[in-house]
Amino acid sequence: MVAFVIRRLIGAFLVLVAVSFITYLIFVKIPGGDPAQRIAGKLATDQNIADIRQKLHLSDPFYQQYWGMMQSLFTGSLKSYSSQLNVVNEIKKGIPATFSLCIGAGIIWLGFGILVGLISAIYAGRFSDRVITVLALIGISMPVFWLGLIARYLFAEGHPFSIFPDGEYVPLTSNPWQWFVHLLMPWWVLAVLFIGFYGRVLRGNILDTINEDYVRTAKAKGLPQRRVLVKHVLRNSLIPIVTLFGLDFAAVLGGSAILTETVFQLKGVGQYAADSVQSLDLPPIMGVTIYATFFIVLFSVVVDLLYAWLDPRIRPT
Amino acid sequence: MATETTTDFTLDSAAVLAEDEGGPIEGKSPWLLAWRRLRRNYVALGFLLLFVVIVVACLLAGPYAKHVAHTTPNENHLGETFIKDGKKVPIVSKGGFTGTEFKAGGIPVGPQLWHAGGRYVFGADTQGRDVAVRLLYGGLNSLKVGIGSALICTLFALVFALLAGYYGGWVDWVLSRFFDLIWAFPVLLLAIALGTALSIDGFHHAGINIPAGSLWIPTGVISFVLIPYIARPLRGQILSLREKEFIEAATAQGASSTRVMASELMPNIASSVLVFFTLIIANNILTEAGLSFLGAGVQPPNPSWGTLIADGQSRIATAPWLAIIPGVAIVLTVLSLNIFGDGLRDALDPRAKVRIER
Repeated sequence: MVAFVIRRLIGAFLVLVAVSFITYLIFVKIPGGDPAQRIAGKLATDQNIADIRQKLHLSDPFYQQYWGMMQSLFTGSLKSYSSQLNVVNEIKKGIPATFSLCIGAGIIWLGFGILVGLISAIYAGRFSDRVITVLALIGISMPVFWLGLIARYLFAEGHPFSIFPDGEYVPLTSNPWQWFVHLLMPWWVLAVLFIGFYGRVLRGNILDTINEDYVRTAKAKGLPQRRVLVKHVLRNSLIPIVTLFGLDFAAVLGGSAILTETVFQLKGVGQYAADSVQSLDLPPIMGVTIYATFFIVLFSVVVDLLYAWLDPRIRPT
Repeated sequence: MATETTTDFTLDSAAVLAEDEGGPIEGKSPWLLAWRRLRRNYVALGFLLLFVVIVVACLLAGPYAKHVAHTTPNENHLGETFIKDGKKVPIVSKGGFTGTEFKAGGIPVGPQLWHAGGRYVFGADTQGRDVAVRLLYGGLNSLKVGIGSALICTLFALVFALLAGYYGGWVDWVLSRFFDLIWAFPVLLLAIALGTALSIDGFHHAGINIPAGSLWIPTGVISFVLIPYIARPLRGQILSLREKEFIEAATAQGASSTRVMASELMPNIASSVLVFFTLIIANNILTEAGLSFLGAGVQPPNPSWGTLIADGQSRIATAPWLAIIPGVAIVLTVLSLNIFGDGLRDALDPRAKVRIER
């Protein structure tokens, strides 16, 4: 087990290096032209461009530039090209909003996903199952940013059914109630897609498990229906959901919430990345990519360990 | 798609199968049997029809714009009027003081349906452009990107999965590490980064020249980032298939590697590939919309459903139809593909559908 963890951590480190290097190449090699000129803008003089090239070491070989950028990122001194703000500080500023959004949405989608899956598996083939299946499919088929826009249009302050305050993030420490109310809409919008998906996956898993021999045994020895369902069927059907949740949660923390953050103006890490990409500001993008990949890699290791713990037949190799 | 699923292959007697199918199966090909099952699934067929209708409507964008709406997708009509029920109506309201009351200007006319003789069926946007025309042209672009990227992505994933699964060894190692690497990237972030970097000057490497603003850029970006999501499960299936006796028999008869891959492995994963293809089109249309919404996909003034929603975002309070209508178009298209894909999977692999014991 220890060897497995060490091996995975070394692998994770290599993945981080590769991912950051590829991100670097995407922004330095693909666009073509002189990067100094692009950063300086259209009205820059030759002297400005030369200054920028000198200051950002743009005439060094690219592997040296990459190394320099990584060094300054991990010592916390990396600055954005356009706003000159410290990248690490900006990411830290965005983290509370992103984490609040993702954790809340995660709780909602896991809870309701399990509920939806359970109900539609119990009533499989009947009317309520059909209705839930159709609703789940509609949920999966909606673009999340469009759903967010519509939700804001209908339910935000100053709109037809004014129930929630409109967008923006209020820190938990400054006003817990406002934090909660401001996040309700983004939480549900982000969760809807996953609720449908998880419900369908769980429904399939439960229907697979229900025909297993040990379930028949449990029924035959006279256990109450509810106990069979919870202790024997649900416990085994939830194992794949755990894996799925770990990976999806990491993906959402690591930038899949970009669209939700942008629509609701939450000023989280994802929105920081989206804004920086638009101005081709390389340092923040490098920072956010490494931050995001870190979570994805970390959670995939955690999920593997959790999986082995939940299902002892599977040994991490 | 987190865990790799492997299909179990079971052998049943013809009598057992015939009982399941409700009819004789002797001499019928698996595709014919699948079609027979699909034919009974009216919901799936209904949604396939809906998808076909949407595709045909988008293909008719040109004739519609010319003969019904009398405009082009990017033509401005600021300051012009049109005739509605015999009255002149400004396409984009002027605003200012009417008597003593101040009215904000720049508000486009809403959906007219057929009251304006085919013009502005879904209203106008802030530039006075016909929303219905842009919706159809945008749909054409969204479908081109969605279907095109699904084709490219499935093709590459299939080739990679065949190579990795059949040869194993270092080929498998290299390809699997490549999948792992893309997999480790935050998908949307990678797509946005690639899309933006390519939207500046286009792509001019390795003898390929794609100008900035070309539809090939979002198509290529989306197919690239999604390859591992199809290739990984397919590789798993091939790994389990290649241990089967019929592969050994083919090899023993002297079949070459290409022959084993093309005529032994391919037919056995064809049904999975078809289902993946259908579902990935739906997924890619959503991804395209997200990318275009953030400005990293289809580049304006070229419309797509994503850019249309982005345009309507700031006008959601005064002109809600600008954002609502393209969104509804996306939901209908993606939903129809998802439901049809589901039906297709049930028809092609009825063993996967679990019957409940009562």
